[in-house]
Amino acid sequence: MLQKRVIVCLDVRDGKTVKSVKFVDTKELGDPVEMAELYYRQGVDELVFYDITASAENRSILIDVVRRVAQKIFIPFCVGGGIKTAEDIRQVILAGAEKVSLNSQAVLNPELIRQGARLYGSQSIVLAIDALADPAMPSGYRVVINGGRTPTNLDALEWARQGQGLGAGEIVLNSIDADGTKAGYDLVLTRLISQALPIPVVASGGAGTPEHLRAVLQEGKADAALVASMVHYGTYTVAGIKASLSEAGVTVRRDYLDA
Amino acid sequence: MGTESAGPVPGGAMITGILDYDAGNLTSVQNALDHLGEKWLVSSDPAALARADRLLVPGDGHAQTCMENLRSQGLDQLLADFLQQGRPILGICVGSQIVLERSDEGPCACLGLVPGSCHRLPGGGGLKVPHMGWNEVSLTDPAHPLVRGIPNRSSFYFVHSFYTAPAPGVSVLGTTDHGISFTVGFVHGSLATWQFHPEKSGPVGLKLVENFLKWRP
Repeated sequence: MLQKRVIVCLDVRDGKTVKSVKFVDTKELGDPVEMAELYYRQGVDELVFYDITASAENRSILIDVVRRVAQKIFIPFCVGGGIKTAEDIRQVILAGAEKVSLNSQAVLNPELIRQGARLYGSQSIVLAIDALADPAMPSGYRVVINGGRTPTNLDALEWARQGQGLGAGEIVLNSIDADGTKAGYDLVLTRLISQALPIPVVASGGAGTPEHLRAVLQEGKADAALVASMVHYGTYTVAGIKASLSEAGVTVRRDYLDA
Repeated sequence: MGTESAGPVPGGAMITGILDYDAGNLTSVQNALDHLGEKWLVSSDPAALARADRLLVPGDGHAQTCMENLRSQGLDQLLADFLQQGRPILGICVGSQIVLERSDEGPCACLGLVPGSCHRLPGGGGLKVPHMGWNEVSLTDPAHPLVRGIPNRSSFYFVHSFYTAPAPGVSVLGTTDHGISFTVGFVHGSLATWQFHPEKSGPVGLKLVENFLKWRP
């Protein structure tokens, strides 16, 4: 039986992991390669590196981080932030990432999804959607871009469907309302998108306790749950979260050998 | 394509040839071999790869495209020669599918090195296809040297929409479930396969790669 995945997200700026609330970063948390290794040893199923520098001159720093991570950890990982062209996708994949995550750029240029999927396969192209509750939209959720600052005319469910049609192999669904609250994922949003699409949906935004992950993986029908601050400050370990999930009846990967 | 690049220090020791036939990214396979201290050579040139002690056939993407690329580069004959000479071959992901006789992806005729065929996962009932993520593998032959030190029901990372169905008589190494139960690894002479990605499956995956490097079929 396919297992539910626990994914850790690291926001990277100038080669360091930083704390970022609503995209306003405050302080450095450490070396992303060392943190990746720690989570790998704790049994994380996948990692996401999100480049919040995203400026051309600092791109090579991120690529170097990706290369070093790929040499030390042997699980899939995804890289997002600032990916604007097929060439950007190529650089990240060749450095050793399994997947790239497209967000605002996919809205501005949907063709990028198709190009990426054609080059490296749908399994490599993740569409990240920032969704904001909005009763004016057909699904009740509006797509926002630029880190939640810019509303679009897109309906979240419709955009997820379109993205899948263009070749995205997975959706990372971030609730702007829940993000940073530590009050739990948006179960309604997650269930809505996950049940409507034939591709995996990763829930993001709002994780504060292992119970929040359980709820979104079971009731929210998510295929994976993304966490960040829960583990970055040592409040929880990945192994601890997965043990709690397993006790609650969620099928997770637990039988790894020592890394 | 068509270029040959050597891995770290090609010396007198054993060397693993990695087939480069435009079927996905080879970085993670190279990194796994580096981690295990293994020398490697990436090439699409059959003459260069013929010098390797064993071959690794990675592969992501469409079976038919993979087959066309393999044939156009003369790598189909190289694999047949290796198998006939009893030199080890490991097929990974699509590399595990195209060694069979045919695939429903296309559909297309495949290498026919192993009797059997490849079919689409049915999905349905809330099951998503591709089968993407970690899943447990039941070892069919726990005593086989290729799975030495691997606990039964260990989890591995899968990304695929088609599954292998080797003919009866082919030695199955493991199975998993995704709506249906299917074969995820088999051995036929000096050829072994894994449907999942051992190079992306953490410590147990690396152990499988290491077992292949030590394998003397």
